[in-house]
Amino acid sequence: MTKVGVVGAGMTLFRRRLQETPKELCYEAAKMALDSAGLTLADVDMVVSGSAPDAFDGVHMKGEYFLDGCGGYRKPYTRVFTGGGTGVFSTIAGWWHVASGLADVVLVVNEEKMSSCQPHPQSVFAHIWDPILDRPLKPNLIWIFAMEMNRYMTVHKVRKEDIALVAVKNKRNAVDHPCAQLADPNITVDDVLNSEVLAWPVQRLDISPPSDGAAAVVLASEDFIRKRRIRDRAWISGVGWAIDSTMWTDRDLYFPEYVARAAKMAYKMAKIDDPRRQIDFAEPYDPFDYKELHHLEGLLLAKKGEAPILTREGVTQRDGKLPVCPSGGLLGVGNPIAATLGMKIGELFWQLTGQAGGRQIPHEVRTGVSQAWGDLMQYGCVVVMKA
Amino acid sequence: MRVGIIGIGMTAFRPSTPESSWKELMFEGAARAYADAGVDPRTDVDSFITCSEDYYEGFGIFDEFVPDQLGAVLRPTCTVTGDGLQGLANAFMQIQTGLMDVAVVEAHSKASDILTLDGVIEHALDPIWNKPLGMHPFVIAGLEADAYLRATRTSTKALAAVVSKNRRNGLRNPLAAYGANVDEDQVTRSEERFAPLRTLDVSRPADGCIVLVVASERAARKFHADPVWIRGIGWASDSPSLETRDWVEATYARMAAEMAYRLAKIRRAATAIDFAEIDDRFSYKELQHLEAIGLARKGDAGKCIRKGEYGPEGRLPVNVSGGSIGCGNVFEATGLHRAAEVALQLRGDAGSRQLDGVKVGVAQAWRFVPSATGAVAVLGVGQ
Repeated sequence: MTKVGVVGAGMTLFRRRLQETPKELCYEAAKMALDSAGLTLADVDMVVSGSAPDAFDGVHMKGEYFLDGCGGYRKPYTRVFTGGGTGVFSTIAGWWHVASGLADVVLVVNEEKMSSCQPHPQSVFAHIWDPILDRPLKPNLIWIFAMEMNRYMTVHKVRKEDIALVAVKNKRNAVDHPCAQLADPNITVDDVLNSEVLAWPVQRLDISPPSDGAAAVVLASEDFIRKRRIRDRAWISGVGWAIDSTMWTDRDLYFPEYVARAAKMAYKMAKIDDPRRQIDFAEPYDPFDYKELHHLEGLLLAKKGEAPILTREGVTQRDGKLPVCPSGGLLGVGNPIAATLGMKIGELFWQLTGQAGGRQIPHEVRTGVSQAWGDLMQYGCVVVMKA
Repeated sequence: MRVGIIGIGMTAFRPSTPESSWKELMFEGAARAYADAGVDPRTDVDSFITCSEDYYEGFGIFDEFVPDQLGAVLRPTCTVTGDGLQGLANAFMQIQTGLMDVAVVEAHSKASDILTLDGVIEHALDPIWNKPLGMHPFVIAGLEADAYLRATRTSTKALAAVVSKNRRNGLRNPLAAYGANVDEDQVTRSEERFAPLRTLDVSRPADGCIVLVVASERAARKFHADPVWIRGIGWASDSPSLETRDWVEATYARMAAEMAYRLAKIRRAATAIDFAEIDDRFSYKELQHLEAIGLARKGDAGKCIRKGEYGPEGRLPVNVSGGSIGCGNVFEATGLHRAAEVALQLRGDAGSRQLDGVKVGVAQAWRFVPSATGAVAVLGVGQ
């Protein structure tokens, strides 16, 4: 198995509406990632793209449509898609392109343009349900996540205040992120608790915003990194992914078993047997504030029900013992679904190579884990990276 | 490390399948493949890959709906939004890393569920430059056919020969939806649609599902399988914009073939390959693709088909399965269907259409209008 490193990363501004077309967003992120690696498109053997529902951008086979923006012109090019999990999954696909020995350098580009979906991207989510069992109930995403959040709070007797702390932490962390959409240096728990109730217990400030944006990373083989004397690199030491049953109504939603399976797979490959001690910081998927807690438990970085306590005690702050979402996460930087690659894999690369600027974790970090979540509350994918 | 196909599962291809949901089609294909390979998906398979596009499926996120019927619950599973051969390429790479021993690749079409198929395909056109023109998306195929025929001085009679051969081949394939005794005159007399293409030049949609079980050499031995080896595989994309792509040569097919032949260590494809399954979703595509992947010289494919060289008894049998014109257009499942057909022939399991003494075959597919993306797999048996 060829050893694979991340050698460059780039991301665009995340905003509710951007003027750029999907192709242009892809180009910006891809160019930035290649520039940061000191490489050009001529060095790239293959291209992998990631993007979530085609209906956001409003183009069928959108992977074909924006492939030239991604640098896929006259190259082997594939798009992968695992719902919200795509933010981390495309890097896993890029990893196997290099680890298999078929490619030396792979460019991974993720894009999402949700603003072309009118009047609101929520209307696309009306089409993610089983047409017979779910759709007639006219569900929307916020209310099924409200059910999951409620179940989590009920099982572990979690207070809403402790969950709101996650939103406060991440929106404050995002102040140092140049791409951030919803950073707020002055936000308080009261602001979250007093924001509009959308579907109890979900309130407006518990949710990350829809967004436009793109992000990219460059992956390279150990040989290539050595030959080209690339210094800023972080190694991918573990990958894992798993999908749970489509029948979400048949599962107990309080614990993300699919994340735990993916994490165990990645930890086994990375030779991690005690994640709490061997992992220095984490970028779990945080489209809702309770999801960060839910996923920390799925990642086995907190015992079941323990994540809110760690948060209350400040363990997950940027200067805490286990910094979580030092980037500002989706809650602070924004949530252009697949493009969250920039806060998940990108942030791991920047932190592990000491390039995170104002977001840099003050103590030394050697091992980080990132995770994304997708489909119908059923998909987990995990990447472990080492300095 | 060698990687081979150890299980093949296919449903019949049919214009519509009102008695089955897409889940049931997938279940049937998967159950057949697992039985063929002798594997239990819940314990023996390490990874599952589905090839699909949301708009064809009618979902916001189709990836949600695949695990249960494949036996993939709580297992590594993903969607490749591409042709089935691109899915096969990803399974090949996953196994080559050493992380996986057995992977499953699934692709299907439930085109009969789509009420507005033309509208869905039109939605793939560039929303700023092309879609406002209001053309039917198959106009692109018509323009490309015209460019190809002019540049290679190929007669439309050659297109009729492709259609006639593939419809007739379909009669010997019990899974084919559109097998028929069609002669060349019927093709040239059929209604002109996207000039120079006529009604019978265009493959018609079908439903169906294909599942392949792919394994490392070590795992294949464990299951006592006699694998069909994936000797080489390649995929590539030309420009997505109509204005800047190559309209005469199928560049994506040439590049994909170069990659596959390089991995398979094939120098001269024309002598190394015994038979081919080629994407023929428009009749001219069979000829254009044969030239692009080096199985015919530029401008020769039209002459060869008229001499009968691509018939089942010809020098290079092409689309003995009936191809897409004989079996039906199964969209993203097209490439996987072709790989399955090549594997059946190489195993000697192709029934009344079995070719004699074939050792190496090639499967080629394209991602259909308006894309310029395609993939090629070289499959073989023995050492």
